Amino acid sequence: MVVEISCEEVWREISNYLEGEISAETRARMEEHFKGCKHCKAVLDGTRNVVQLVGDASVFDLLTTVSDCTDQKPDH
Amino acid sequence: MNRIDQLDPTQGGHEILEVGVPPGSLATTSVVLTKRQGDASEAELIERVLGGDGEAFRELVRPCEHAVFMATKVILNNDADAEDAAQEAVLKAFTNLAKFRGDSRFSTWLVRIATNEALMKLRKQRYQKLHDSLDEQPEGEEGDYIPRDFADWREIPSEAVQKKELRQALSRALASLTPKHRDVFVLRDVQHFTIEETAQLLGIRKSAVKTRLLRARLRMRDALAPGIDGSWSTGRTEYEQVRPW
Repeated sequence: MVVEISCEEVWREISNYLEGEISAETRARMEEHFKGCKHCKAVLDGTRNVVQLVGDASVFDLLTTVSDCTDQKPDH
Repeated sequence: MNRIDQLDPTQGGHEILEVGVPPGSLATTSVVLTKRQGDASEAELIERVLGGDGEAFRELVRPCEHAVFMATKVILNNDADAEDAAQEAVLKAFTNLAKFRGDSRFSTWLVRIATNEALMKLRKQRYQKLHDSLDEQPEGEEGDYIPRDFADWREIPSEAVQKKELRQALSRALASLTPKHRDVFVLRDVQHFTIEETAQLLGIRKSAVKTRLLRARLRMRDALAPGIDGSWSTGRTEYEQVRPW
């Protein structure tokens, strides 16, 4: 029997879940949660996509673009 | 025609703020005092300044420097900020001297300008602090980050990756991260350092890397989800927000 896990707990562990840095028990609880919670599943999928997207070197020269953006600091 | 304008430094300072500081005025106000105060009356000094005598302005300001500084210090409670505000006040007094009505002493007028400067600086600091705290709340190391949207984003369509809009959105999303979150995100997810290597490179604990990475990733997802759910993947021009509440 898998102990239930809340959405908040799932969000807190999503990054570790993607890294594979969680216990087998937490992973099992999260996977059970994803089956019944489309919102958390959407967050998981989106977060995984972000990691895949920025990790793809062919997407764009990220660092150059970032430095362009961060050079334009808002005047507060 | 009286040269004195309607400028009233007690009116909140907005009118004064609009006045630009002419090039070279800083240098003018920094001119070393060569004459002893009391050599000329206030009115005479003002007349000389308006005639282009920068040294006269220094002579005019010198007797009230301490009062100006104290006026800003008592509000800002910080020497550096107080000096900045005092310097700004002196510059504004210089550029607005022609508008000085002369119905009070120059020192009183200058102290009022300084008080306004300090108050404006204080408001700005408070606003910035509030802004930072609001910005920091979901980013903080302690509190949980709550995803803003739950759009179903199952896959990245290959054609979307090629789109300029996505690249621009990625840049904007990345630039919107705070530096400490961006550093971790770029090292781990863009440059593929391990969590341990990222921790070593940044001189922080692994637990801090994980916490920052989580926030950075969720924030990036939030920033990118609208386009992925909308125009990039489906061709729709409208983005439909999906929230569980």
